[in-house]
Order: sequence, then C-alpha cells, then structure tokens
Amino acid sequence: MTKKEETTKTTYQLPIGPIHPALKEPVMFEFEIDGERIVDADVILGDIHRAIEWAGMRRNPIQIIYLAERICGICSISHPIAFIRAVENACDIGSPERAEYLRVIQAELERICSHMLWAGVAAHEIGFDSVLFLTWQMREKALDLTEYLTGNRITKGVMTIGGIRRDITKDQIPKINETLNYFKDNFEKLRHVFLDDKTFQLRSQGVGILTKEDALKLCAVGPTTRASGIKKDVRVDQPYFAYGDLDIDYITPDILTGEVNGDVYDRIIVRLLEVKQSIGLIEQCIDKMPEGDLVSEPKIPKLLAQIKKTKAEGIGRHEAPRGECVHYVKFNGDSEHPYTWKVRASTYANILPWIPMLKGEQIADIPIVAASTDPCMSCTNRVAIVDNDNHKKYELDKEQLHQLSVEKTRRLMR
Amino acid sequence: MTNTKKEQLDAKGLVKYFKDEFKTKILKAEIRTRTAGSKKNEFVEIWMKIDKSIFKKMMKHLCDYQFPHLAVVSGNDLGKNIELIYHFSVNFGERFKEISLNIAVDVPKTKCEIETICDLIPGALITEREKQEMLGVKIIGIPDDRRLFLPKDFPEDVYPWRKDKQPGLEKLIRNLHEGVKK
Repeated sequence: MTKKEETTKTTYQLPIGPIHPALKEPVMFEFEIDGERIVDADVILGDIHRAIEWAGMRRNPIQIIYLAERICGICSISHPIAFIRAVENACDIGSPERAEYLRVIQAELERICSHMLWAGVAAHEIGFDSVLFLTWQMREKALDLTEYLTGNRITKGVMTIGGIRRDITKDQIPKINETLNYFKDNFEKLRHVFLDDKTFQLRSQGVGILTKEDALKLCAVGPTTRASGIKKDVRVDQPYFAYGDLDIDYITPDILTGEVNGDVYDRIIVRLLEVKQSIGLIEQCIDKMPEGDLVSEPKIPKLLAQIKKTKAEGIGRHEAPRGECVHYVKFNGDSEHPYTWKVRASTYANILPWIPMLKGEQIADIPIVAASTDPCMSCTNRVAIVDNDNHKKYELDKEQLHQLSVEKTRRLMR
Repeated sequence: MTNTKKEQLDAKGLVKYFKDEFKTKILKAEIRTRTAGSKKNEFVEIWMKIDKSIFKKMMKHLCDYQFPHLAVVSGNDLGKNIELIYHFSVNFGERFKEISLNIAVDVPKTKCEIETICDLIPGALITEREKQEMLGVKIIGIPDDRRLFLPKDFPEDVYPWRKDKQPGLEKLIRNLHEGVKK
C-alpha cells in the first residue's frame, strides 16, 4: 500500500468467488471492508445457472423427475417431491396412503444426511477437523441406510408421480431401527461437542445475527428463519403426505435455551434438534404405516396421457432440509411437456438474509456465517482482495482464508 | 413489520377481504382444497387473478392484513401477455392454518412493466431481478436492476423464458459450448 501524507479512512473491496471460499458452490460475494470489519456485502449469482427449467420445459413430467433430482445432490429427494406435488396438484392425481408414509421416511432420512453433512462442514470451517470426521462418520450410517433402502446413496430415484417406486418391507425394518438407535445413542455426544464446547460457543454465539424482523422481511426459509424465532415449516403449517398424521412441531432454539438470538449457534441448535425430530418421525411412520399399493397408476403412458389432457397449473411445496422448496408447473392441455416450470430452491430465498448476517462481522467469520445458512454446495477455489486505493490485487486462496478462520479459533482457545 | 394482531381469516374470509375492497377488479378467485395422509387433513390454496390497475394496492392490502411470506414470482408467456404469479403464504406459525395465496396479474407485452413490491416486501428483490432478465418485464422502481443469473455479455433484448421466436436465441442455445460471444 502506498503511504499518503495525510491518512484518509477508506474501505476496501473484497470479492470472494465466483468459486466460494468456504462452501462448495460457485457464488460471488463482494464485500466492502473497513480493516477487519465487513461494512457491506453483495451477492452475485449466475455462475452455475444451468437452465434446468428451460430444459425441463422440453421434457415430459416423468423425465423431469430425474432432471429435478439432479438440481442438487443433497436435496435429491426434495426437488422431486416438490415437483411431483406440483404435478399432482395440477392434474388432480392422488397417491396411496402407504406411499405417503414411505415418502416421509425418505424425506426425513435425507434431512438427517443433510444436517449431519452441514454439521461437519461447519466444524471444518472453524478448524475442528476431528469433529468433521466424527459427524461424517455418523452420517455414513445414514447413507448406508439410504443405500440399503433405495439402492443408491445420493440420487435415489424413488419418487414418482402418484406414489413411490420402492417399498420398505418387514425384513428391512430391523436395519432401520438399528441405524436410528445408533443415532439416538450418539446424539448426546454430538450435542455435547457442538453446544457445550467453549470455543464453539465463542465462534458461533453472537455471530452472523439475523433478527426476527429481517428474517420475515427478507422471506428467509428453513432452519435459517426458525433460528431467528419465526415459526415457519411447511410440514407443520400446511401438512402434506403423512405429516398431518404425525406428532410434529416447530423447532426453534428457545426449546433448548429459552431464548432466541438468531445467531450461528441458534442455527446449530435448530439443525441438531431437527435430526432428533427426523429420527422420531421415521419411527412414527414405521409404526403407523398402513398396508397398500405404492402407486395410484402403475402404467406410465396412461399417466402421461392424463397429464397431456390437463389444462391446469399447480404449486408443490416441500420443507427441504434447507427450507421450503417450491415448484410451479403449468400444463396447457396440448402437450405432455409442461408449458412452464419454475423451481424455487431453498437457498434462493436465503441469499438476501446473508447481507444483514455478514455486516459488521470479521473477514475470518465469513466462512462460518456463509456456511450457517447451509447454501447448496459445489467446488472451492480462491479469493481475491482488491486494494481500492491503488487498484492492486492480491489473492487469498481458499487455504489461506480457511487458515484465517482456524487461527481465529486457536486464538480464542488460548 | 411484524405480524399485526389482526383476526386470522380462513380462505373464504380472505377472498372476501379482497373482494370487498376491489370488487370486479378481482377477475378470478378460486379456492382449492385438497387432502393428505390417512386422516385426510385438508390444505387450502387460493388462486386469484387480478387487474393490473390494482396490483400495487392489492399488495398493500395484503400486507395490511398480515406480512406475508413471498415464495417466488413465476411467469408465463401467454402470447400477447406475460402472466406473473406471486406465490405467497399467509397464516403460518400455527399447525394446519397456513394458506397458499397465488396472485396472478397479466402484463401486456406492448407495455411490459409492473411496479416493484420491494418497498413492501424487501425479500422480493431476487425474484424480481430474475423476472426482469428472463421474461423482459420491466420492474418500475426496483432498487437494484442489475442482472441476476444471465452473464454480462448476454444480448440485451433476448429473454430466455419467452415463447415467441427471438432472433439469435436458437443460435445461443446450440452454441452453448462456445460461450456467449458478441
């Protein structure tokens, strides 16, 4: 930096991305930095826009299920669910009761996998790699169960319009119970590591605060909005599938601590409690699940013919692990391809809340605050810091930024 | 900004709440009830179509009732018009009480513009920016009119979600691997 005679106070521009430092999705942040503090933040999207909706409008609904499954690797049940609900609502297609329970089991299993993955990433962001391995070791059990039930770990391909493609038979239930009991036995350990640890508390309490008012104004969804104290969960608000038959309530941080702060710590609490809730929901489903068919219409050409004749529109909503996921479809009555298909993923609604969360925080807090909404992920690379005064550009790669975060944790531990 | 303690309305009450205010300017109001699960729990969706002239007042009236959650704005190219559908949810926070409220409005292509709702609901910014670039609906008074998803060198007058023939669009799609060049 060139020294001037009289020092004037200026802020710096800090672009992060399009390849994200902390998470695995290409998204671009532009920060205005005053020393260590973030004064303003801007998010620039579009680096991974794959025109999936455009492609979907040229395919039939059965093909779209598998396209929707590939929108996100972690929400590979959530997007198909939102899409099939939209089609079922538009075309008035029902699904058998047993399928509605099986869908809940799959959706909740995905939630366990997603929240455990997030917990590991969050620990990694602040430099606790041993905790990352601990949580991912536990997550592996949930993935093994997913593979046992569906044949695949990630893209499960089980959802279909009017039902589900895989049953859960009686002889599979012991394995499900074994996995759920493993989670229940280890839940206390997980809770202790994440919530009682002094350093974890120092890095997450009072950091990345999203007030209740901001969460409401900016239309945040999922654990991000619930951690700010807003009771919003499609599973409870407007129960679909079998959720209305089950015992389920909103998870907000005050259940555990008696208060709502809307910080990163609260978002950890909400996700951990939701893992516990999901275990309970799967158990309830196994208890209550009626016998019956898996699909209402097994002949796909007949189903497509019905859809082709329909002139209607519908929305499908699903509470994905990251929050409400909404799909809109419109059929025009002359083609089996939807006339319009609009996907609103959960992260789409959680972009704007990042800005108030990041304002006023330190550079070293960026990874954990950005990670705390659990944005959809992809691959990491580097950060460039631009000195606004003399247009010099220096770069911080992902390792260095991560190092800053780790060093802050170590400082606090001393 | 927080949910005012107005009396909570059910679907019929909500439709009446709007019809009393805007009368015939509400072109269509349909209540769809569906059931789910073994207990056949009902859930309700309201689909409304309104005249463009009352659009902003309608949004204001909705916010007066309760601060809604805006999920997204979706859009259809209907030939002469672009139909924008605002997907809201209201009455959340209590089990079984939430109502999905979908408000559609037609915008003619000849005067393709509509007022922003960011002053009422700041969370609408992302989806309004997307509609602007993808469907070519000009949002009047939008606080930030930059592009959202499309690259900077994408042609100005091409809107990917419109259904009519647009010069150059097919070529852009066919030559995706080459990247967008001017």
